[in-house]
Amino acid sequence: MTKNKKPIAPKKSLTGAEALIKCLESYGVEYVFGLSGGAAIPIFDALVGSKIKLILTRHEQGATHMADGYARATGKPGVVLVTSGPGATNTVTGILTAMMDSVPMIVLTGQTIRSMLGKDAFQEADISGITMPIVKHSYLVKETNDIPRVIKEAFHITNTGRPGPVLIDLPKDVTSGPFTGESLDPAMDIPGYHVPPKPSATEIKKFAKLFKGAKKPLLLIGHGAVISRASKAIIALAEKLNAPVTNTLLGKGSFPETHKLSLGMLGMHGTAYANKALVNCDLICSIGSRWDDRINGNNDEFCIGAKKLHIDIDPAEIGKIVKPDASLIGDARQIVEELVKLVEPLETTEWQKELNYYKKEFPLKYKTDKGLTAQQVLDELYKVTKGDAIVTTDVGQHQMWAAQFYLTNDGDKWLSSGGAGTMGYGFPSAIGAQFGKPNELVVAIVGDGGFQMTLCELSTIFVHKLPVKILVIDNKYLGMVRQWQELFFDNRYSGVDLEGNPDFVKLAEAYGIKGFHVDKVENVTKVLSEAMAYKGPALIHAEVIKEDNVFPMVPAGKSAYHMIIEAPTTKLEKPTGST
Amino acid sequence: MSTPIQPKKNVHTISLLVANKPGVLVRIALMFARRSYNIDSLVVSPSFNEKFSRMTITAQGDLQTLEQIIKQANKLIDVIHASEHNNADAVHNELALMKIKFTPANKPIILKLLKKSNASVIDTTGNIMVISQAGTTPELDELEAALKKYHLIEMVRTGKVAMARGHDET
Repeated sequence: MTKNKKPIAPKKSLTGAEALIKCLESYGVEYVFGLSGGAAIPIFDALVGSKIKLILTRHEQGATHMADGYARATGKPGVVLVTSGPGATNTVTGILTAMMDSVPMIVLTGQTIRSMLGKDAFQEADISGITMPIVKHSYLVKETNDIPRVIKEAFHITNTGRPGPVLIDLPKDVTSGPFTGESLDPAMDIPGYHVPPKPSATEIKKFAKLFKGAKKPLLLIGHGAVISRASKAIIALAEKLNAPVTNTLLGKGSFPETHKLSLGMLGMHGTAYANKALVNCDLICSIGSRWDDRINGNNDEFCIGAKKLHIDIDPAEIGKIVKPDASLIGDARQIVEELVKLVEPLETTEWQKELNYYKKEFPLKYKTDKGLTAQQVLDELYKVTKGDAIVTTDVGQHQMWAAQFYLTNDGDKWLSSGGAGTMGYGFPSAIGAQFGKPNELVVAIVGDGGFQMTLCELSTIFVHKLPVKILVIDNKYLGMVRQWQELFFDNRYSGVDLEGNPDFVKLAEAYGIKGFHVDKVENVTKVLSEAMAYKGPALIHAEVIKEDNVFPMVPAGKSAYHMIIEAPTTKLEKPTGST
Repeated sequence: MSTPIQPKKNVHTISLLVANKPGVLVRIALMFARRSYNIDSLVVSPSFNEKFSRMTITAQGDLQTLEQIIKQANKLIDVIHASEHNNADAVHNELALMKIKFTPANKPIILKLLKKSNASVIDTTGNIMVISQAGTTPELDELEAALKKYHLIEMVRTGKVAMARGHDET
């Protein structure tokens, strides 16, 4: 007896995971960054044949930073897919990083089956509980048919208002179960979520009048301006007001740092002239900054006597640190576009003269007589790339020097972990940025400390032949902490010596990646030029002098009045601020 | 000599309308804990609409932190709205159950006290009675203080619930 040949099955019904992937496709997801595991197998299975490209990372932290870099470079949410338990907990640092810097990101985590929840099942972690304080929102999906609604809400929440990460925990039986819902595009059900509308014309008019009469105005540009793509409007506002502009670390590029009104970055390691402007201004208007403790170490001494104006999309930022004289809640670009029409030019010739004096008197500088410095390498990188690369950084001294010397003219081209200060961010975020912007030159500026936290992703760039350039600034120290110990702790070095660093060129080569090396002042331009022109992934190992300090410096917990411009000759008291 | 009951300083009443979902309470509790704000009482109950729950929280702390907590609460996606209520804009009530041991001699005095305080005896088992009192927090505090002079064994209070006056939404 012959077996009846079964007819080809009619259009088979979807599993929850298949419905999930179809939803991701419909929201324009190009890449999913992740690492597989048991509880997420149904979702990885559903990715087979999808037009979404799966980027298999070597560690889940790398996946989150890649999604973060992709999001910051493109403005589109980054998507992460990992398994339950340790797979999920490995995303925590990346989620915190995204939350602190308001980055849109969707993190999909596999979870044990529903009947085993709360029973200490294999690889069970209460990831929605663990991440509650560091997400914009999270879901533990209990019904397969809820998946499309949850995904729709997540994409809406993550990238509207003040962006932030959304975590979706997906039990394995929910993703493998049949989807019997009516629609992959159902109605959302989030009555508690409101994106602040544009302020009324009257409110903006009232606000615009407050600029009148200012003799020493200062615009402070933060990450919110980058996120809302407010650059053009801010340039117009600054030029109309004749107001100097300073930016936070994450506001870099939203106002071109090569513009004559730019003072560069302010704050703990900001330029002397930006900090002088902060001290001497009579009006400061923050556009999308949260007055954080890197720029405002001591609220009692912050911009004494100056009128303080605050534009932010998050109502909770108004009055959190600085009590402003007036505020507008809403999208920075929309508000500034209206403000430009309403403000009147200010007479600031004297003010600009004063600041130009500081620019001349206290420029950012470095020496070349005692060997290769990080500053020189970064200054040369800026010149070699004509300031046009997408730059990511890790955290520490190299980050501050990069912020000082790699001037940025485009907010999408400066990717750095500001709020969280996550070491290990630089390299994977560059990978994400390169996936998002395949035709741009992407350079990861990393320290020897941070790079070693996520360097396993060298495999990822090798596999995908991603032309990311990794510039390892190697001083064989955790340099920023060493600097503190030198300045404030009597040179008592503790936990900062990175002896045992590998030969980074050999390391790169072991992964099949081209390595370059430089340790001489006179070779930097040549080596960097070659490396930047190299077609394909490359690592540049720059060995710099071991002990060097970032200046200017405002000790933690102090106001900009206490800025130290050059290496002090007397002993400094221990800072009162946390870090 | 009895001292008058002093109202606690820096006590705030916060009313929230929240989504009726698992985990919402944790999200709200985390916001208070992270800012070292101690929750004195917390009442969660259903609202008219089964999709939402009501929460009334009384907590102690400075005003600036309170403002930040309310703003952060309003940012939570599961919170429909959160606001502070005071006596001028809202009415407050709570319920207390008190267990007291009485003697034939002091029973009439206790009953007189209860009558004065709008409290009632809801159970008597042997020489022990359970008293129920609904009222404002100071009213409950006052009866509690008076009964402490007798043999007060246990007390359970629900914590404050609040409702906005007139047309205002709670």
